Amino acid sequence: MSEYFSNIKTSATTIATGMGITLKHFFNAVKRKGDAGIDDADYFRQVDGLCTLQYPKEAIPTPPHGRYRLYCDIDDCIGCKQCERACPVQCIKIETIKATSDDLEACGKTSGGQQKRMWVPVFDIDTAKCMTCGICESVCPTDCLYHTPVADFSEFNVENMMYHFGNLSKIEAEAKAKKLAEQQAKAAKEKAAAGGAPGAKPAPKPKPKPAPPQA
Amino acid sequence: MSASPSLNTWSDALSGLSIGWFPLGLVIVAAIPLVFIALYALTYGVYGERKISAFMQDRLGPMEVGFWGILQTLADILKLLQKEDIVPKMADKFLFVIGPGILFVGSFLAFAVLPFGPAFIGADLNVGLFYAIGIVALEAVGILAAGWGSNNKWALYGAVRSVAQIVSYEIPAAIALLCAAMLAGTLSMQQITMLQAGPGGFMHWFLFTNPIAWLPFLIYFISSLAETNRAPFDIPEAESELVAGYFTEYSGMKFAVIFLAEYGSMFMVSAIISIAFLGGWTSPLPNIGGLELNAMTSGPVWGAFWIIMKGFFFIFVQMWLRWTLPRLRVDQLMYLCWKVLTPFSLVAFVLTAIWVINH
Repeated sequence: MSEYFSNIKTSATTIATGMGITLKHFFNAVKRKGDAGIDDADYFRQVDGLCTLQYPKEAIPTPPHGRYRLYCDIDDCIGCKQCERACPVQCIKIETIKATSDDLEACGKTSGGQQKRMWVPVFDIDTAKCMTCGICESVCPTDCLYHTPVADFSEFNVENMMYHFGNLSKIEAEAKAKKLAEQQAKAAKEKAAAGGAPGAKPAPKPKPKPAPPQA
Repeated sequence: MSASPSLNTWSDALSGLSIGWFPLGLVIVAAIPLVFIALYALTYGVYGERKISAFMQDRLGPMEVGFWGILQTLADILKLLQKEDIVPKMADKFLFVIGPGILFVGSFLAFAVLPFGPAFIGADLNVGLFYAIGIVALEAVGILAAGWGSNNKWALYGAVRSVAQIVSYEIPAAIALLCAAMLAGTLSMQQITMLQAGPGGFMHWFLFTNPIAWLPFLIYFISSLAETNRAPFDIPEAESELVAGYFTEYSGMKFAVIFLAEYGSMFMVSAIISIAFLGGWTSPLPNIGGLELNAMTSGPVWGAFWIIMKGFFFIFVQMWLRWTLPRLRVDQLMYLCWKVLTPFSLVAFVLTAIWVINH
């Protein structure tokens, strides 16, 4: 019989305790939970207050060294294609056209002062494939390829996950390719006229793919 | 006790109103509680519960539709209206369709005897309290019709549990209300309320005028939670076990009607407990010396305000309990009813009787 009454007593007291806790939370819902991070000493002491983050309107900043969306600062890209080869998932696609000697001025320099020798008409990053490993970033000689803190870039159409960074329009790219082909043909002719190797024929097609610099 | 001249004036005047043969006034009298249920379920019932539960769990609740999400319920209603009204192929169509109707009628009929203030009551029956206890039992029929008609194991389990629960808990609930009826010496809701009115405000309420009333008050409150299938007695709905209990198969407006019935009975039991123990529409404020607080806050409109506020307070406590306590097991539920509440309600009954005889 005493167990019966002690059970009733226990349930009454535990219900009262529980209701006290919920009511405390109810009245504390007027303020936000503190923003102490996991590193702070009082992280586990901030039990009161709202913890909801209204995501699209507010967000926790991404960590300073976090790797999120890949971005290419194409003005600094020298078209070396090292990132394309380093990428483990082949998400980077680069096409380059060698700049002719008279175009070097127009091709410009990187922010580090290095002369660019390649036009980069196509620099596509398939962010749907990208696994943010950061290898491309580490091999980039001019530090023009890097991960930004932008973490939310979902799309309705997977085609839109393909990011185009190439800085030449199609017409411009064709013009540059043609110019290069003409110059190469001219150089080959001059070489032949100067008694060069017999195998050196003029380039027949106007779209040569220049070999990578290190190849 | 003779009724004061101002009692039931509004509802009497309304019931006399008719256009030709059409009893317009009676329709309005019936429509007022209906509109009230709809409005309260829309605002406090759904939106309020979502917000209260959110705040208790350190969340924000609905925030997107309207300022602080106040239009969320309207958006939900619009969604429910557009939904296809599905009747499962193998369901017992008749029972499936009338189930929600019986359920809603069961909870709505009890509003007939709830006095919304001194001047308005649907029907001032001299057996009002008895009628309110009795009509709630109709809900069990609706629940069983819905659960059986769904032809679904979860729905049937939910319905069976619900009926077992409602039938069991009606006993302590009825005995606890009987204590209040004994204190009042009448079953009429208006008379019970009138007996608790006075210049002292809350000091005239049955809960505070005698030393035993807290026991039937608590017993009725616990039993009313079980009767309305609220947590911690929500085993008929038990989301984690039975999907949604007896309304698993319902969709669209039938689902909305079941919800409306649930919120209707939530207010009903809250109003009944306020009337039986907390003075119904009487003002809680006492007259202090020359400051006639009680007199200032009494009257037909204030009465409606007070009973609705008291009802809302108990609904808040119901929500508060829901987000505090875990669900009881079926055997614990029956243990609580038959081995704790029923004996204690009998003890309360005897003690109240002794107290009434000696005063």
